[in-house]
Amino acid sequence: MKARSLIITGGRLVLPDGVRPGALRCVDGFIGGVGDVAPEDGDEVVDARGALIAPGLVDYGTFAIDKPAFHFGGITRAALMPDQNPPLDHPARVRFAAQSGKPDFWVHPLAAASVGLAGEQLAELALMREAGARGVATGRRWIADSGAMLRLLQYAAMLDMVVVTHAEDGGLAGNAVATAGDIATRLGLPSAPAEAEALAVARDIALAELAGARLHFRQVTTRAALDLVRGAKARGLPVTAGVTPAHFMLSDLATKDFRTFARLSPPLRSEADRQAVIAAIGDGTIDVIASGHDPRGPEDKRLPFADAAPGMAGAETLLPCVMTLVRDGVIGLERAFDLLARKPAQLLGVGAGELRIGAEADVALIDPDKPWIVDSNRMAAAAGNTPFDRQPVQGRVLMLWKGGVKVDG
Amino acid sequence: MTIELSNRARYPAGALAFPHRGLLGIAQLQTHEILFLLDEAEQWVALNRRPAKHSDALAGLTIINAFFENSTRTLLSFEIAGKRLGADVVNMHAAQSSVKKGETLIDTAMTLNAMRADAIVIRHGSSGAVQLIADRVDCPVLNAGDGQHEHPTQALLDALTLRHALREAGRASSDGMMNGLVVTICGDIRHSRVARSNILCLQALGAVVRVCAPPALMPAEITQMGVEMFHQFDAALEGAEVVMMLRLQNERMDGQFIPSPREYRHLYGLTPERLARAAPGALVMHPGPMNRGVEIDSNVADLAGRSLITAQVEMGVAIRMACLEVLTRRARQMEGWA
Repeated sequence: MKARSLIITGGRLVLPDGVRPGALRCVDGFIGGVGDVAPEDGDEVVDARGALIAPGLVDYGTFAIDKPAFHFGGITRAALMPDQNPPLDHPARVRFAAQSGKPDFWVHPLAAASVGLAGEQLAELALMREAGARGVATGRRWIADSGAMLRLLQYAAMLDMVVVTHAEDGGLAGNAVATAGDIATRLGLPSAPAEAEALAVARDIALAELAGARLHFRQVTTRAALDLVRGAKARGLPVTAGVTPAHFMLSDLATKDFRTFARLSPPLRSEADRQAVIAAIGDGTIDVIASGHDPRGPEDKRLPFADAAPGMAGAETLLPCVMTLVRDGVIGLERAFDLLARKPAQLLGVGAGELRIGAEADVALIDPDKPWIVDSNRMAAAAGNTPFDRQPVQGRVLMLWKGGVKVDG
Repeated sequence: MTIELSNRARYPAGALAFPHRGLLGIAQLQTHEILFLLDEAEQWVALNRRPAKHSDALAGLTIINAFFENSTRTLLSFEIAGKRLGADVVNMHAAQSSVKKGETLIDTAMTLNAMRADAIVIRHGSSGAVQLIADRVDCPVLNAGDGQHEHPTQALLDALTLRHALREAGRASSDGMMNGLVVTICGDIRHSRVARSNILCLQALGAVVRVCAPPALMPAEITQMGVEMFHQFDAALEGAEVVMMLRLQNERMDGQFIPSPREYRHLYGLTPERLARAAPGALVMHPGPMNRGVEIDSNVADLAGRSLITAQVEMGVAIRMACLEVLTRRARQMEGWA
């Protein structure tokens, strides 16, 4: 579908350097004018009525393509984790995944780092890059073999692909489903010390430095690991870090009734670590906030805690959770959209994620204060496994455009 | 609500004395509710010591023992308890059930519920599994052990055993409490649901609880539960009036936790010499099954007057009768409970 020229007027533009009143004009699917622009003949005019005109969110690291949920959440692009069935370890699968959301949603596959995500044999990264892979990921697991990880990082560096790693030392994590601490002890859940994350982060930073590779930790959730990322950045290494809202909204207290919607990977941490994540978002150590969207039905979740699959349906609550940080004064609005759109788009190397002339017209019209109540029984997502069930939140997408074309929803 | 604990007659009336639908863990119980169950069990201790050990209290009721994990003594104890109360008792072993055919735990629970059981006793290898079932069935559910979480009837029977032993030694308190009693629990604390339930139960009754294990078998932040933590058995034994030994739960271990049983015995085995370091006349307990010659020597396990191990088994039947009888009062429309 060819996009008609469009102008959104009377809104508050979320720009990289601040929020300003103004209008946004989109032509041929791209942004043609920002700020003090007037409608031209034939333009479709949308009155924003003071709402935020923001870039469509770029969700860096999801486990499913779940368009209704993404559109509900204002997400126009997602980096798809290779943990699919079968895994994205073959160029044909990557090519298929890259096409699977079009036209109104763009999927950017992350190639499986190893065949079958087993952490052993290197996958065909160059061919998968040709097929549309926008990065390499180790999947839900850490690569335990340091030699294999170094070779992966060297190879990815040569191809200039970002390596996305899962930071949990396998030996310490074992079959753990909780973070060692008071709650896990009382519940009798298999647990691993929070230090499992820092150990993995320390090793991967050292290897990435050795290989000269770009490294992205999809989730960093503990104080010790965040300190390591902070240090690596201070030394000028190309290391970035992400997190999902669960780890700044919830602590391991949320698991105390064995509620499997709070069974996540990495597991929920202590309150002190939750505070450390918030501080790291505030000081710029964290670059990306992603949904980690992983809808799981009752067959995966209505099980004893340790037997349930990890993961949460997060696409719909991503924006409101980040708006909580804005209201709490942790970050400003422009920084919120850095975390949600601009930085992840840069990691992917796509011309989107910010409102600038020439970028793709992926635009969300947002009421950042609109209140609503999360209801796991009435979600747009393929499954309602949200740990925020029945919580009142604020922030809702009013309208969404992908490439200048309005998304119905 | 303040409860005068010294007077049994002053438990709250009817269901207020025990307002829970099931028995999922000690953590959900108040001290007076624990005392209520212990007091209720006394009548069944007396009945069980008579030649004709039968009551018709639960006549016509169906009790299902659904054991998803192997058990000999707990299953037998619940079965005898139900039968002595006159109930129809059915045992379901996971090995023979459709669980092996891929049926989910929830479906199994729904099936048991549809059979109109009046109480379901569940053992499962996963922490929280019993609560998961209890939330989806209409009848009372009793936790007979869920993973590494809780084993409430074991803690209650241990408390009842201790109460009787203290009574025989002339040291029982009239209010049923065990204030200041020093209890050392030694063994695989990390993997033990018995330890968790006993810590909660003994503390509720006023005891001072110590736990002793090598670091690898000690769960994180255990001191948050209010216990004193020891790694040296001799230090943990000093002044201990009760020594409760746990076995190594090899089946739950993910990796190697101790070098060998021989070395474990050297450090943590309860030998007569070790027992001599505890308080004079210290009592010995073990929830079973025992690994004789590993965590406990035979001549300690069989020490007359000191070892309560067989008494624990006896009290187990009585406490399970009490739990079944109390929890089915609502279904039996007992006055004040319906």
